[in-house]
Parts: sequence; structure tokens; C-alpha cells
Amino acid sequence: MSTHSKAAKRFVADAERLAWHDQALYAVREKRDRMMATVPEWEDLRRMASEIKLHTLSRLGDYLCEFERNATANGMQVHWAADAAEMNETVWELIRRHGGRRLIKSKSMLAEECGMTPYLEARGVETVESDLGERIMQLLHMPPSHIVLPAIAVRREEVGALFEREMGTEPGNSDPTYLTHAARRALRPKFLEADVSMTGVNFAVASTGALAVCTNEGNADMGTSFANLHIAIMGIEKVIPDMEALGVFTRLLARSGTGQPVTTYTSLYRRPAPGCEIHVILVDNGRSEWLADEAHRNMLKCLRCGACMNTCPVYRRSGGYSYSYFIPGPLGINLGMLRSPKRYHGNVSACSLCYSCSNVCPAMIDLGEQIYEWRQRLDRLGLADPMKKAAVKGMDFVMGGRRRFYGGIALGRLAEKLPRAVLENGLNPWSAPGRAMPPFAPRSFNAWWKKEMKK
Amino acid sequence: MKVGLFIPCYINAVYPEVGRASYELLQRVGCEVDYPLDQTCCGQPMANAGFEKDARALAEHMNELFARYDYVVGPSASCVVFVREGYPRLLPDYREHACVDARIWEICEFLHDVVRPARLDARFPHRVSLHNSCHGVRHMGLSSPSERQIPYQSKLRDLLSLVEGIDVVEPERRDECCGFGGMFSVEENAVSVAMGRAKVGRHMDTGAEYITGADASCLMHMQGIITREKLPIRTIHMVEILNSRS
Ligand code: SF4
Repeated sequence: MSTHSKAAKRFVADAERLAWHDQALYAVREKRDRMMATVPEWEDLRRMASEIKLHTLSRLGDYLCEFERNATANGMQVHWAADAAEMNETVWELIRRHGGRRLIKSKSMLAEECGMTPYLEARGVETVESDLGERIMQLLHMPPSHIVLPAIAVRREEVGALFEREMGTEPGNSDPTYLTHAARRALRPKFLEADVSMTGVNFAVASTGALAVCTNEGNADMGTSFANLHIAIMGIEKVIPDMEALGVFTRLLARSGTGQPVTTYTSLYRRPAPGCEIHVILVDNGRSEWLADEAHRNMLKCLRCGACMNTCPVYRRSGGYSYSYFIPGPLGINLGMLRSPKRYHGNVSACSLCYSCSNVCPAMIDLGEQIYEWRQRLDRLGLADPMKKAAVKGMDFVMGGRRRFYGGIALGRLAEKLPRAVLENGLNPWSAPGRAMPPFAPRSFNAWWKKEMKK
Repeated sequence: MKVGLFIPCYINAVYPEVGRASYELLQRVGCEVDYPLDQTCCGQPMANAGFEKDARALAEHMNELFARYDYVVGPSASCVVFVREGYPRLLPDYREHACVDARIWEICEFLHDVVRPARLDARFPHRVSLHNSCHGVRHMGLSSPSERQIPYQSKLRDLLSLVEGIDVVEPERRDECCGFGGMFSVEENAVSVAMGRAKVGRHMDTGAEYITGADASCLMHMQGIITREKLPIRTIHMVEILNSRS
């Protein structure tokens, strides 16, 4: 049994939570569908997004240097980090030089990827998440379970209880508007006190040296408006050629992710305000190696919209924590394998190969096809599940000869005469609580044909 | 039209009546049908589990068995998709002549696109909920995937419109996966059954008496749930409806 399968079994056991988690996310998928329906040129946009990304990736170095030149000319400072450690050190060095103690940050998957928050906390920097969902998770001391909706697995009653504890809200009040206002009030002093702000980057525009940061709460804008040091961190795949390209991506991002026409705030940072500094850190952390992997370089086209999670029937029914990589769903299965097959191959079973993700993805990433490909690699990597391998070899043996196959059917028919308790137990993998074995027919089609047609 | 009938392993063993209906149906629409004996498996289960290379011998066997037919036709969308997409990788040395992968069709697709019968003389006076299987929809184009901005079309619906007395409906979330997925149903059986239950429930919500589709494996998985929970709905393969006499 894979790590995902084991964890998922626990998630499925809570039928009520399962139904609710599934429905909450499918509702987002449906919102996305309604948005798509309003854009007749949707498929053209997807194709353009995919091609722009592929083109940019094919001359990534050039575009990154162009971005660096233009951003520098605009007065920003650009840093390069080869890996997570270098990124964290760069961030720490900037904060330390600035004499900073309090960091207010908006959502960044890259910060999670690099383990940045614990690193900074260990050096005495208080780090506060300003995105509401992220803040909830931070206060719960839990990682996000979705990349766009970090607190999707937390029920509002649980949020109510948490806020009561942390912010003294009314006991038993879990009205979302009330709780949001309470969170906003509690966050306000954090914004005011912060001496450093951090944002991720959705798109870095090479031709103008500008950074696009998309949020729904305006929290990135609020953070960068108070502190006079703004650190922006980005994976090197976030660079895009120009403003026209940005237009394509902003039309797709929010529609795909949350079913909104556009994110509430799409802010472009171009030059620091007087007396302020903007530092951009370009982080590789494995990406240039992934670029060399022809079967999987498509992953670098990802916009991190989250649509593939919302549509994934397995993710919706197993939850983010059933995956061992910090990003779940089809995206996370693939990114985890790029990061370390050895550590994260326990997620590749979490796919029924329905290919909904590949069809929903605004960047036309072949997510399902890539999962199929990873499965083919597992054996070569020495990571195939021995039980599964034995099952497949056995199947292959039986199917490899007509006598074995048709003899097998006859045996199966006999085996069915065994009492149900023997057949439908844990050793027979088809049997699961809730699904009966299909009975073998008294006569196979092959036997029928031989008898009836060859007379 | 010389048609070689492809009967996938589990249909051979569990649903021979689907094989018989396929044979009769193809004959009724005027095809010359033959069944090359001793077929086993196309190799899809191994491949989806991550052992595509182990399916090579099976692919070679399939290719030999069907070498002399203009069309190879089978009642299982996902097996046909595997032959079409996987065999070119498995049989690279055979590329100079048209391999089985270039001549294979799923039976509904074949009827709809190649035979194009004007009538079927079939009658099935029941309410039937369409099961749009993932591989049929997203890799074969039997209907438009709900994720895409493509005008709605459904080859299964088109074919069923030739059947007298039938009432065709589709469930909510019309092409969400039922959770079969071959080895997935075994390795991830908790999620697989949860998906299947939800799917069967949505089919039942339509008030249908039957669930039908072009993938017997999905139907088998859902039937397993229906049987276990004694639900008031049944599965039936598309060919059995198209072949029902009026
Ligand atoms: S892989 Fe595609 S659908 Fe998934 S998050 Fe990235 S862009 Fe969105």
C-alpha cells in the first residue's frame, strides 16, 4: 500500500468530512466552468499560455537576464539563489542588514518549498502570514492543504474556536464575515509593526522589469505599503516576456483557480518608492534540472492556479494531507517526483488516470500523462511496490498464454464457490468494503465462439 | 467490411454477453465479422500500473492475431485507447506496415464514424443514464470533456437516439471519474469505492433504471457497488441496448 493510499483510507473513513470537502472543491470547479463559458476564445488562450511558457523556457536564461537588466534599471536589486539554502541565507542577510525583526508575508509556495519560515523564526524573525487562509493555518500550526485555498480542509466551526482562543472572538460564533473582520483587526497591528515585507511573484515581466503579484485580499499591497524593505521571491520559471503575455495569463489565472474574472488585486511593482528598497530573489532550486527532463519539463509552465486540485476526484476525496509532498493533487504528485522520487513516490498511486487535470489546466500541462510516465519509471528507479510488481508479473504470465488465461477463468469459477468470507477479505485486493466481486460467466466468450461458430 | 472482433480479457471472462451482442450488432449493420480465437489481454492493466514494457509480448500477440483485418473493433473504450496510444511505443519495429493500433476502433465510435447506420431497429423502453467514461471522453472524443470550451456533442447519445422508446439522461458532473482506473481500484481501494459510490448515486438521482456506457470496466466497478449495497439500478453495456430487438 502506498503512503497516499494508507492516509486516504483514514480521510475516507470520515464520510461527512469527505462529502463536504469534495463538494466545497467541486463548487470551485463549477465556478471555473461558468467563467470559462463566458470566454469563447478559451481554448486559444490556453494554447497561447502554453506556447508563451514553452517559448520562454526555451530561452530562459535570456529572459531572466533581460528581466534583471530592466529591474535593475528601475531601481530594484536582483539576487540569484541556486537552492533553498541560498535563498534563505539571502533573505536573512537582507533582513539582518536592515535591522528587521518582524516580517509580514503574503502567500508564497516557494517559501514553503524552501522551509523559509522556520529558518527565519530560528533566527529570531517573527514571520506573520497576511493571507487569511495562510494565517489560519499558521495559527493552527498546520501546513496548507491546498495551494490557493490553504484552509479549505478546516471547517468554519474550527476557525471560530481557533479565533476564540487566539483573538478572543465570541464563543460559538463562526460566521465567516464576523471572523474575517476579527482577523483583519488582529492583523492590522502586525502590518503596522512589520519592518520587512515579503511577497511571492506570479509573473516577472522581462521587457519592463516589473513584478506582478496577484491576491484577493490586497494583503500583499498592504504589507509592501508599510515596511520600507520589500523582498520578493520567485522561482526562475515565473519570468514571462512582456505585458501582452501578462494579459494572457491574468485572463486565465483567476478564472481557472477560483472562478473569478480576475484576481481582486493584480499589482505591478516596478520601482521602489522613495526611501524604500525592493529586492527580488530568483531561485532555481532544481528547476534548471527539471528543464532538462523532456518528459517533465512541462511542469515549469505551471501558474499555480490550483484548478487541477479542484477537479481531481482523488484529491477531493483524500485531502491535502494524504499526500507526502507539501503540494498535493496532480500538480504535487508530479512536482514531488521531480524533487525526489525516493521520498515522494508514495503519491503516484493517487491517480485513476481520468485526465481531467490535463484538460482543466490553463497552461495545458499534461499532468495525467506525466503521472503515467512516472509510474513507468518507478521500476527502473527500483521504487516499484514489490506486491504490485508481483501482481503484474502474475497477470502478465496468465495473460501470456491462452491455456493459462482460460484455465485461470475456470479456476476462478471454482474459487467463487468458496464462501464469501474467504473471497472478500483483505488478501483479495479487488474486494473492498462496499464493492462486490464480479462473478465469472459460466462460459467465456471464447468458449461460446468455439462451440457455436465453429460447428 | 472485414471486421476482427476484439474481446478484452475481462469481457471474455465476466461479460461474454457483451461480446455476443457486439458480434450480432456488427453483423446486423452489415459487417463481415470474425473473432480470432484465443485472445487474452491487450496489456492495459499492466501499463497503467507502471509496467507498460511488460505488455510488449501481448501487443505482439494482438498485432499478429489481427493482422488480416481492415478494422479491429472492440467494446471497451479504455482498452482501445491503450492499443492506440501505447502500442506505437511497444511495437516500434513494426512501423512500416499498419499495426493494429492504426486500425482499431471502439465499437460505438466505429458505428458512429464509419458504419453510420440510418436505423438500428432496436427498442429499449427504459430510462438510461449515460456513463461518460474518462478514456472514452478525454482520449477518444466520444463526447466533449466538460473541462473544455468545446460545443457539446456525444456519439453515445447520437447512437442511442436511434433506439426506440429510450429515455436518455446524464448525471450531474457528467464526466467525473467513477474510480475504477485498473490497478488504482486495488491500490487505492478506499478512494476508488468512495468515487464509485458517489458516481452511482448521481446516476440514481436521474431516476434511471440503467447505467450504460462504452467501457465495461467502469460498469463492472459500479455494478460491484450496486450489488454490494443492493441498489435499485443496473448496469448495461451500450452494445446490449443497441442490439436489443424491437
Ligand atoms: S498544473 Fe495547471 S491546473 Fe495545476 S496549478 Fe499549475 S497551472 Fe493550475
